Amino acid sequence: MATVDLNEVKKVYPGGVEAVKGVSIAIPDKALCVLVGPSGCGKSTLLRMIAGLETISAGTVAFDGKVVNTIGPTERDIAMVFQNYALYPHMKVYDNMAYGLRNRGTPRDEIDRRVRSTAEMLELSGLLDRRPRELSGGQRQRVAMGRAVVRDPKVFLFDEPLSNLDAKLRGQMRVEIKNLQRSLGVTSVYVTHDQLEAMTLADVLVVMNGGLVEQSGAALDIYERPASTFVASFIGAPPMNLLPLVGGQAGPALGDGTTVGLAPAGAATIGFRPEDADIEFGTDLPSDALVLPASVEAVEPVGAESFLHCQAGGGRIVVRVAGRTRVSVGDRLRVVCVAAKLHWFDQAGRRVG
Amino acid sequence: MIGQSPLRIFIAHAMLLLGIVVVAFPIYYTFVASTQTLQTILKPPLPMLPGDQFWNNYGEALFGGVGRMGGVSVGRLLLNTTIMALGIAVGKIFISILSAYAIVFFRFPMRMVFFWLIFITLMLPVEVRILPTYKVMVELGLIDTYAGLIIPLIASATATLLFRQFFMTIPGELLEAARVDGAGPWRFFFDILLPLSRTNIAALFVILFIYGWTQYLWPLLVTNSNDMNTIVIALRKMVSFADADTQWHLVMVTAMLAIVPPILVVVVMQRWFVRGLVESEK
Ligand SMILES: Nc1ncnc2c1ncn2[C@@H]1O[C@H](COP(=O)(O)OP(=O)(O)OP(=O)(O)O)[C@@H](O)[C@H]1O
Ligand SMILES: [Mg+2]
Repeated sequence: MATVDLNEVKKVYPGGVEAVKGVSIAIPDKALCVLVGPSGCGKSTLLRMIAGLETISAGTVAFDGKVVNTIGPTERDIAMVFQNYALYPHMKVYDNMAYGLRNRGTPRDEIDRRVRSTAEMLELSGLLDRRPRELSGGQRQRVAMGRAVVRDPKVFLFDEPLSNLDAKLRGQMRVEIKNLQRSLGVTSVYVTHDQLEAMTLADVLVVMNGGLVEQSGAALDIYERPASTFVASFIGAPPMNLLPLVGGQAGPALGDGTTVGLAPAGAATIGFRPEDADIEFGTDLPSDALVLPASVEAVEPVGAESFLHCQAGGGRIVVRVAGRTRVSVGDRLRVVCVAAKLHWFDQAGRRVG
Repeated sequence: MIGQSPLRIFIAHAMLLLGIVVVAFPIYYTFVASTQTLQTILKPPLPMLPGDQFWNNYGEALFGGVGRMGGVSVGRLLLNTTIMALGIAVGKIFISILSAYAIVFFRFPMRMVFFWLIFITLMLPVEVRILPTYKVMVELGLIDTYAGLIIPLIASATATLLFRQFFMTIPGELLEAARVDGAGPWRFFFDILLPLSRTNIAALFVILFIYGWTQYLWPLLVTNSNDMNTIVIALRKMVSFADADTQWHLVMVTAMLAIVPPILVVVVMQRWFVRGLVESEK
């Protein structure tokens, strides 16, 4: 129903804080764009500028190609789900959902029809006469969703909508939000600092850092080819192992002296994901692989997999092995990662090769 | 509660009872005096139990004693006082909720200047500015009018500050949700802020009504005609210098009658704001 285009959007708060330093993102119609990044990187600020709740210091926000910089949230026809839900505490669930429609002058019977069908869809039908205080956290979350859905807006905006829920409910709601968004086909922008949420929800994933976009694209592309050490350590759990390279007489080497013959020119950091590494007790190793002598410092069995925390290559690394492991703390072993799964970054942290 | 030992409970109740006795005894004694004949009152000691003159005294004060209070009935005095107290309470709430709304939710030039101006008026109670205010009232021809009784008292820094404090606890997200839902400033005020302020308004109303009811100095100055007296002023006028000339039994009756409306307000409003509290706590 709408494309959303941000062009060099900037935000300087009164007092000089530059929260967003020039962000350009193009969100196709019906897509779900996730903004992810550490706390304070400007995600909420950017979202609020898209909503029209915050003025735009420079650049443009356009819906369907039409610049909306100067018009308010109502005329932009967006609906927003807030982190703390922001339900009207004195109104019943029904009125919470109907309020926006009433303000728009929608006829009564139309409001009633829409509220009831939305409530049906979100399994809120039995709760319409309750007040927000009489609901559980998950139910409040649904009402907040309902309040957005019932309006049938051009764009949905979510600011960390699941961060107040427990882990299990968060997982369920994540799936529900995705299904809802897909079936309604409403262009959405979703802010989170949870990389798992970001990976699973995003059609377009935007990784932000310090008011700038570090990388944007499809979630798996970003996972497979992180553009910087920041993205590499932010996307994926546990994060990518990153070890600094130092130049030795025999070529680039790791902190513990292991030489790395595979390093491309300009590489200053080597990276590999815990799930791409393996442990090796035997002697026949693939020729084009990184092989690191390691000593095990901790073992975390999670059930389906185990994480080995090791001292290797002059730093700490994590290796994921499937199922139970025979390895125990203090063991010395070798960590192997094939060349195709290695990532290289330069001095500035940018990807090389 | 912590520590439910019998001794503690006993001490707690003893303290409460002591408090009640200290507060209630003078009122009880006034009531006793209001049911005695003038002779009994003038001949101490006053008995501790009510006398047999209840109907006589109250009947005379309510329906017979017009002459004694400068030709004004107690009913008229109660009406005057009620209008003044209501006017002050409603006016104060109306003005202060609007100014707090402006100060908290709008960004306009010199916002903090206005805030401090309001704040500073805390240092200027009626008594301090009484002469200039009186002059203004005379020039506007508001002596002996309800407007003259009410208007100079309705600006309220205290209530403004209380509403400001309350408004600042309202999450910014709620305001933003309302904006997204298409509520302009007035809609937000009436549909969201006002209902949420209900319990605060009820509590303030009680306090301000009693404040208005017990005003003495200002009504004394701004009313000349007995018609416009408040009950507090009339009470004062009923007490003459010579003890023997004073109809003490009727003074006591009038004092008792003067207490009734504030008590009614407390009882009615208390139920109202307790209900509000219970509802919002659920
Ligand atoms: N009203 C404001 N005035 C001044 N600075 C602000 C204001 N709001 C936010 N900031 C600053 O702007 C920066 C970005 O804030 P923002 O709320 O967008 O972060 P965020 O990415 O949403 O973080 P989080 O994940 O913690 O919600 C922060 O440094 C913050 O201190
Ligand atoms: Mg935020």
